[in-house]
Amino acid sequence: MNLQEKNRKVTRRLVLVAVGMFGFGFALWPLYTVLCEVTGLGGRAIQVSEDNTGAVASDRIVSIRFDASVNSSLPWEFKAKEKVSEFNLGVPSTAYYVAKNVGNDAIIGQATYNVTPPEASLYFVKTECFCFTEQLLQADESQEMPVYFYIKPDLPEHIKDITLSYTFYRHGYDPSDRSHL
Amino acid sequence: MSTEVIHPDTHHVDDGHDHGDHKPSNFLDRWLFTTNHKDIGTLYLIFSLTMFFIGGSMAMVIRAELFMPGLQLVEPDFFNQMTTMHALIMVFGAVMPAWVGFANWLIPMMIGAPDMALPRMNNWSFWILPFAFTMLLSTLFMDSGGPAAGWTLYPPLVLQTGTSFAFVVFAVHMMGVSSIMGSINIIATIFNMRAPGMRLLRMPMFVWTWLITAFLLIAVMPVLAGAVTMLLTDHFFSTNFFNAAGGGDPVMFQHIFWFFGHPEVYIMILPAFGVISEILPTFSRKPLFGYGSMVYATATIAFLSFIVWAHHMFTVGMPLQGELYFMYATMLISVPTGVKVFNWVSTMWQGSMTFETPMLFAIGFVVLFTIGGLSGLMLAITAADFQYHDTYFVVAHFHYVLVPGSVFALMAATYYWLPKFTGNMYSEKWGKIHFWSSAIFVNVLFFPQHYLGLAGMPRRIPDYSPQFADFNMISSLGGFAFGATQLIFVGVVLHCAYRSKVKATPEVWEGSRGLEWTLDSPPAYHSFNTPPVVTHNALSRAD
Repeated sequence: MNLQEKNRKVTRRLVLVAVGMFGFGFALWPLYTVLCEVTGLGGRAIQVSEDNTGAVASDRIVSIRFDASVNSSLPWEFKAKEKVSEFNLGVPSTAYYVAKNVGNDAIIGQATYNVTPPEASLYFVKTECFCFTEQLLQADESQEMPVYFYIKPDLPEHIKDITLSYTFYRHGYDPSDRSHL
Repeated sequence: MSTEVIHPDTHHVDDGHDHGDHKPSNFLDRWLFTTNHKDIGTLYLIFSLTMFFIGGSMAMVIRAELFMPGLQLVEPDFFNQMTTMHALIMVFGAVMPAWVGFANWLIPMMIGAPDMALPRMNNWSFWILPFAFTMLLSTLFMDSGGPAAGWTLYPPLVLQTGTSFAFVVFAVHMMGVSSIMGSINIIATIFNMRAPGMRLLRMPMFVWTWLITAFLLIAVMPVLAGAVTMLLTDHFFSTNFFNAAGGGDPVMFQHIFWFFGHPEVYIMILPAFGVISEILPTFSRKPLFGYGSMVYATATIAFLSFIVWAHHMFTVGMPLQGELYFMYATMLISVPTGVKVFNWVSTMWQGSMTFETPMLFAIGFVVLFTIGGLSGLMLAITAADFQYHDTYFVVAHFHYVLVPGSVFALMAATYYWLPKFTGNMYSEKWGKIHFWSSAIFVNVLFFPQHYLGLAGMPRRIPDYSPQFADFNMISSLGGFAFGATQLIFVGVVLHCAYRSKVKATPEVWEGSRGLEWTLDSPPAYHSFNTPPVVTHNALSRAD
């Protein structure tokens, strides 16, 4: 093989590596998403269930803190009715948030959620939640927003406190839009 | 020592153009269309020196604003544009192209090759850069201003850059393409163009460190390109890769970015390790201590650089096991790095040392880079990092490894090989003045920043609490002096190239070893047209 062919061969292979790594950069997105779903990392691997069949009541009690925040693009007030409550594992329960539109127009909001410690999200089962759908509030309208959930009884022993956090965004929120600033 | 080497000029028979150096006489042919590794190396070095001063002048704006508490000179948004552009220009415009410039000049001469393996692509990989940086710098003059979210480009903040963001992304793409082409060229050259007898484990350390750096570049620059492309589509095409409201995750950007970003910091320092491993043996008149362990330590550092990325993001909320893993993995890097520092010190041990300017910069590198490495170990302690994170302690840390680290190594390399490149000796007196003032002022500039960080001063903020005033004033004064000192460097280089009357010998230095020193100073425009015979004596190592 002469020098030119050898150089071409090395070049071809290295270009393939570079193209492959470009693809790998994009592949990291789904890879991380799957990793987080499996391990609970990121605290968003909350389980969704149609009914309470998995709920087996237990004596163990955990304390749940309900956190609420609103993205600056959305003129809403949003808070939990009870900031901290104690719950028995495996018992279907309800928690209430309240949202109020303090802007001048009707706005659709969409909430994202997160559980801390992240590991606990694998044991957090929601049967119904305001975060599953878009929420429409008229100007000055206030609305109670319930979360129906239970905690799986096999929650690891070392977890005594759980924080459930919601953030409301304007529907279709675009972080590159600076008009509200 | 050059007796066994077949000199190209005397064996110039069948290539059909044996009239001296035959450089193209036309300016455009010589520089715009050049495929000569020495010319392209020179272009890279001039370009990076220019960028060093542009990025440096932005640092002067930053230090001037931070001279006193309160807002005096610039608006906060412009301040943030300065910190962002300073970093992007220094990383991608100054340090990286400077190393590629030295690679172009030196690798063919060190392995006995006539030129780089892919000379036309070499021309491209350089000439992309001026366009990329013109585009990046032009964003400062646009209505929406330059990027202001830091060089790490974290969303969602970076998505608030206006339409100029597209220029930033395309500039990063072009820099990436340039780096990848340069790296492919370097790998092909080292794999295919070595002179007979130049086995891989006989190559000079600079060639070894660049080979490993080139692989790092090919592995991670495309990942950065992917990450900024996702930012681009999030910004302009309503995708939601990193938009939490749309189901994306801004923290994921940090993971992808630092998968690139951590190897990137080794891309900037590994060639420096190579240069120091060339210079210390010369001025100690001893072979490099532990050549083999140097090669393996470099490869180990490169491997570890891929598995420690999350130590840049300890505070984002990782599970404890993750924090511990990234802490221990990061600390592991100090083992191969310690091997290197040990070998450098052992190389000097009982050597008959002399202290010409390249040696001074090399010793300065060993001492000051080690301080930067030590503060890196402190930052690796995850519990402590929660205090240090995003403070001036981090700024002090990475400036210690980059300025008296990479930049000092670049200065050392310039003083060491400039007589070879130009054929003239530089002024030793002014070189020493440049070294001592740089070494003093770089510490005045960056050492107080450790204290500022430990006391809690946050980075990337144009204003600060009055309690930080004294150390900031000292740091700024050191900064202005360090900046002014670099003008001496330009003077020394220009004097050496155009005015110096002292001609350099082929060996230049008494203790120099390696094929590049068997060529004339300056070397012929086309050197090693016939492969040299690699002799024991011409290699920089003893065994």
